[in-house]
Amino acid sequence: MSAITHHVPDSLLAAYVSGNLEHHFALVVAAHVSLCLDCRAAMEAHQALGGAVLDTADCAEVSEALRASIFDQLDAPVAATPNFVRSGIFPSPVMEALKGTPPRWKPLGGGIKQSILSADRDGSSRLLYIPSGRAVPQHSHNGLELTLVLQGSFGDDAGRFGVGDLEVADSDVDHQPTADLDAACICLAATDAPLRFNSLVPRLLQPLFRI
Amino acid sequence: MIWIKNDPNFLPLRIRDMFAASPQLEHTYKNGPKMPLFEVMSKDMNMLKDRKKVPVPPISEVSEQTTWMLAVRDQRDRKAFARLYDHFAPRLKGFVMRSGIPAAQAEEVVQDVMLTIWHKAELFDPHRAQVSAWIYQITRNRNIDMIRKERRPVPDELGQEIGTEPDAGQILAVDQEVKQLVQALEALKPTQRDAIEKTYLGELTHQELCTQTGLPLGTIKSRIRLGLEKLRYELKGMR
Repeated sequence: MSAITHHVPDSLLAAYVSGNLEHHFALVVAAHVSLCLDCRAAMEAHQALGGAVLDTADCAEVSEALRASIFDQLDAPVAATPNFVRSGIFPSPVMEALKGTPPRWKPLGGGIKQSILSADRDGSSRLLYIPSGRAVPQHSHNGLELTLVLQGSFGDDAGRFGVGDLEVADSDVDHQPTADLDAACICLAATDAPLRFNSLVPRLLQPLFRI
Repeated sequence: MIWIKNDPNFLPLRIRDMFAASPQLEHTYKNGPKMPLFEVMSKDMNMLKDRKKVPVPPISEVSEQTTWMLAVRDQRDRKAFARLYDHFAPRLKGFVMRSGIPAAQAEEVVQDVMLTIWHKAELFDPHRAQVSAWIYQITRNRNIDMIRKERRPVPDELGQEIGTEPDAGQILAVDQEVKQLVQALEALKPTQRDAIEKTYLGELTHQELCTQTGLPLGTIKSRIRLGLEKLRYELKGMR
C-alpha cells in the first residue's frame, strides 16, 4: 500500500467530495481511495471542510410536519441496499459497477481485453486487461482520462504505475502505456471523451469498442 | 467491532473513555470484575442518563453534537436524535436550498438525510469524522443519488478493528477541529469564503476547481495529518 506514488490531485478530490465529479471519474476516485490511505485522509479533510460549511449555513425554518414525518418513520422497516464487498483485486465500488459478477472480457486485439462498466453521453468506464509486455496503441485525449492500476504495472512517458497508482491524462498527454513484463496489467479507466488514436486501425475500431 | 456494538455488555467498556469517571468500571477494566458486570453496567447506564451531572473529565469537551450522535449510534436514543434534528435540520434545509433546490423539495432531502443518519448510525466513527462532516457527505451523496437515480460510487468502508478501545484523545482532537475549521472559515475574506462555500455546495466543476486558489490548504493539510495518523494506526493490524 505504501508503494502508491501517483495520487488523486486535490481539485479532483474536492470535486468528488462535493459531488461535482462526473460519475465515471467518481468511480475511479472511489476505487483509488479504497486502496490509498493518503487520499482517504485527504478526502476526509475535504469532508471536514464541507462539514464546516454545513455548520455555518444559514438556517431555514423547517415545518412541524417534517419533524412528525421523520419521527413516524424511525421504526419503519428499511429496504436493504445491496452491499458489495471487495473481491480479489476489485475494491467494492468496482464490484458494485460490475454488479457483483466477474468482468466480461471482450478482445480488443493484440491480447488486450476490455470489460465496459458503463458508457453514456458523459463518458465511459471500463476495465482493461493488458498482457505482460504488451502496449496499448499510442493515443492522446480529447478530454480527461483517469487510469487506476488494479493488478500488475505499466509504464509510459509519465513514469511507472503500480497497483493503486492513478494516472491523470488530459489533452496535453500523448502516451503509449506498456504493461511491465512480470505480470498482466489490469486497470480501471474512465474518460469523458473519446481517445485520439494516432494510427488508423484503432481509430476505425473506436466506435465498435466505444473507447 | 460489530460484535462489540451489538453486545450490550460491552457498552460500558466502549464508552468508558468517552464519559469517563466511572471508578468501578476503570477498576473492572484493569483488574477484572470485582462486582457483577450487570451492576457496573447499570451504574454506568444511570450515569449516562444524567450525563450532565457527571464530574467533568477532559472528554466532556466533546461537542454536544458528537455526544448526541454516539447516543444515537450506541443506544438508539430518540431524545438525542431529536436534538440532532433540532440542530441540523434547519442548517441542512438552508444548505440544500442554497444549492438551488426549492423549499418543499429541500425538506424531502432533509427527511432523507435525517433517516439515513438514524439507520446508518453504526457507520459513524468519531475517530475519523466530525458529525457535521459525516452528515455533509451523506447529504451530498443523497442529493446526487436523487438526481441520478442510482447510487454514487463510494470507497470501501473501513471496519473498526475488533477489540480496540475508543481513543478519547483522537475523538477529542477530531471533534475540536470543527471549531478551528469554522473559525478559519469565518476569518476568510468574503470572496474567499464564498469560493469555499461554492466548492462544497457542489457549484464548481472540476475544471473550475483546478484554477481556483481559494482553498485554505494549510487547514486541509493539518486535517490530513490528523486523519492519516489514525488511519495508519487502525489499519496496521488489518492488512
